[in-house]
Amino acid sequence: MTDATGADPALRPRGALARLMRRKMALFGLALIVLVVAGALAAPLIAPFAPDEQMFDGLTLEGAPLPPDGRFLFGTDLLGRDLFSRILYGAQTSLIIGVVANGLALLIGTLVGITAGYFRGWIGAALMRFTDLMMAFPALLLAICLAAIFQPSLWIVAMVIALVNWVQTARVIYTETTSLATRDFIAACRTLGAGTGRILFRHILPHLVPTIIVWGTLGISTTVLLEATLSFLGVGVQPPTPSWGNIIFENQTYFQSAPWLVFIPGAAIILLALAFNLVGDALRDVLDPTQRGRD
Amino acid sequence: MTLASALKPAAGAVTAPVLTVEGLTVSVRSEGRLRPLVQDLSFTLNRGETLAIAGESGSGKSITSLAILGLLPPNVSVTAGRVALGDTELTALPESRLRAIRGDRIAMIFQEPMTSLNPVMTVGTQLVEAIRAHTPVSRSEARTRALDALRAVRLSQPDRRLTQYPHELSGGMRQRVMIAMALALRPEVLIADEPTTALDVTVQREVLDLLRDLQREMGTAIILITHDMGVVAEMADRVIVMRHGARVEEATTPDLFARPQADYTRDLLAAVPRMGQGAHRPPVTAAPVARLSDVVVRFPIRGGLLGQVTHNVHAVEHVSFDIRRGETFALVGESGCGKSTIAKALVGLVPHAGGIEIAGQPTDSLDAAGRKALCRRVQMVFQDPMAALDPRCRVGDLISEPLLIHGLGSAPERRARAQDLMARVGLSADQADRYPHEFSGGQRQRICIARALALQPDLIIADESVSALDVSVQARVLDLLRALQQEFGVAFLFISHDMAVVENISDRVGVMYLGQIVEMGTRAQVFGNPRHPYTQRLIAAVPVPDPLHVPPPRPRLASEVPSPVHPAGSGPARVRLVDCGDGHLVAEAQAPSLSSSRP
Repeated sequence: MTDATGADPALRPRGALARLMRRKMALFGLALIVLVVAGALAAPLIAPFAPDEQMFDGLTLEGAPLPPDGRFLFGTDLLGRDLFSRILYGAQTSLIIGVVANGLALLIGTLVGITAGYFRGWIGAALMRFTDLMMAFPALLLAICLAAIFQPSLWIVAMVIALVNWVQTARVIYTETTSLATRDFIAACRTLGAGTGRILFRHILPHLVPTIIVWGTLGISTTVLLEATLSFLGVGVQPPTPSWGNIIFENQTYFQSAPWLVFIPGAAIILLALAFNLVGDALRDVLDPTQRGRD
Repeated sequence: MTLASALKPAAGAVTAPVLTVEGLTVSVRSEGRLRPLVQDLSFTLNRGETLAIAGESGSGKSITSLAILGLLPPNVSVTAGRVALGDTELTALPESRLRAIRGDRIAMIFQEPMTSLNPVMTVGTQLVEAIRAHTPVSRSEARTRALDALRAVRLSQPDRRLTQYPHELSGGMRQRVMIAMALALRPEVLIADEPTTALDVTVQREVLDLLRDLQREMGTAIILITHDMGVVAEMADRVIVMRHGARVEEATTPDLFARPQADYTRDLLAAVPRMGQGAHRPPVTAAPVARLSDVVVRFPIRGGLLGQVTHNVHAVEHVSFDIRRGETFALVGESGCGKSTIAKALVGLVPHAGGIEIAGQPTDSLDAAGRKALCRRVQMVFQDPMAALDPRCRVGDLISEPLLIHGLGSAPERRARAQDLMARVGLSADQADRYPHEFSGGQRQRICIARALALQPDLIIADESVSALDVSVQARVLDLLRALQQEFGVAFLFISHDMAVVENISDRVGVMYLGQIVEMGTRAQVFGNPRHPYTQRLIAAVPVPDPLHVPPPRPRLASEVPSPVHPAGSGPARVRLVDCGDGHLVAEAQAPSLSSSRP
């Protein structure tokens, strides 16, 4: 009860960042994220080979890909390209999809959900019926339509993912907001004369942070793979540009004979999602005053 | 308690105790250490006896009952002592054997009957299941027993109740079902944990009468866990007063009330609000700050294919009263009578018909800016302070938030004002950086009061603001409210179901029944000379914290409050108030009938 101002100076409330830094797992996640971002940005400097260079000695005499060894850190793929270099370059694509597109989807979903949940009535009904409509709409069809209109590119994929992936978030945020909106402290705010913006963003949004974090981290791995599907259909990034998703996609049929081709990009996706999850979890605890002192 | 029941335990006292608790210590494991919740508690319970365990929240009284039943939460365990039911050592029994005893030989009634009944099963199914879990009888045989049990608790239409779901029953009926379930197997010991706390006074009265009657018929021993000394005085043969997990005092009920030994018991008894204790105050004659005329609040229930309004909930029907500056006006009535709806209409949380004037200004003609300005004049303090404070905001920010919303002062000024207000309600200013969960219930309510005062309103609505607090805390918060009223000249609309509290704090009182005011006048008029039968019933139902008080004979009725839901186009008969002297308004003598059409 009294820990917040207790004698131990380490327990005093300080900046959220400082408290985040005191958690080992959060630091680990943060380090991973920094590593991936740095790798993606510095790919031209670090990568030992060009990502699309089909090396003659990258295949066995029978034409099979090489397993990881000293020269090819992660081995080579079916065309004799260095997997390590492809993973580094692919991180650029996957980060844009997993963080930017997914983040955009999260933002749209949260805004729609919170507005519909707080106002209910016809605004809420209209927004939620639209959400249902989007949920029923096949994402691939939308993507193909958009690709037919525009040049296929990474940004089209990002847009499609943002336009498709927000619906689940909106649903969940909607339900949570409706129950939050009936709580006494919201009624208390209204009796104080607080405006809608203040109630929504100062008093309701903080309570939704845990949910948003969970959906955000879940979204990273699904969107990265969704990008691969779309790219495969010719909508997104075109070969030979690598992305983690399409590396898995290209090679999944050879899983038995060359498991590293699926396993390594898969591990990269999982680690990225895990890193965001660890940071997200820690952020949630750090930002929630009722959880303080339990770590 | 009557004389007869006071003599009763002497007759059965020769037999061995039904339940023996010796040196019971219950501890919670947190951060690798054991912290005791109950320390070295010993008592015995005889057949047919009622033992009350009284104490405030956190005293360990509920943990004791859970320990007896072996229902402690996972990180809490019995670390010393023993509990024996007759010859059976309960503390040594494995879970499977305990399960056979629970419900069969020891039964329990919980505080909140809605949450202890399964909402998706009918009452009958739950009763039958409870019976068949312990006795090998056929389904139809169990059903017959269930029916008998419902008859025993004097539920009306027991056949129909068996097929109903818990949400179709009122709070009092649900608690009767819980009692029926607990007593269907004729247990030796019944543990009742705050059995009437969630109920209205008149329903509480019925449930207490019922428990006493059933005990007389069946000879069940009852452990009654309560914070209400009035209930203790009426029900118990013996009392254990607990505080911080330890026994403070144990005595027979008349002894405890007449000669409390421990200081804590004396304080506790002194803090209990009693009828007729309110200090006389001069009548307030200032100008009204709020005037309600003919306020009506109805909630439409839509149905049918096109969503037409088929029924209306008539929450508030033609209520008129005014609140004068510096006065405390109390609204009393039972749950669902519309008293909280009036509060919500006043602050604009629900739409209403009819006129509400705040400081001479009608509220319905206001635009958005006007409504916001109105918030500065009327503030509200809610029942549950934990729910009314955003758990993610610092207390200092919460208290200064109204100033921020209305753009008053600079940041340092607001902060200074918040600290000033905290000091005014008895909190120290350096607590401003803490969060609501770091405070106790009473402190949280003080935070809410400080926040309500921040805008220096003319009227503060206190909606059951002290009901959730322990009596000693309640007494202090009431004192604070009185002091603030004298200092700031603020008027209170005090909404409560607790007649004793209302009698202590109010200047004028309005009694509400089914959305209408049936009696209104000064406190002396309403409490000293209650005219309306409903007011009389409410006052008579309040448990008197005096074991020697002999309650007047009254009919044991299991009546239900009529529903405020009426088909569209019709409504309840309008009550007409007539003045019976000095502004004491009483509803005209007529039974509040159910339906009479009105255009």
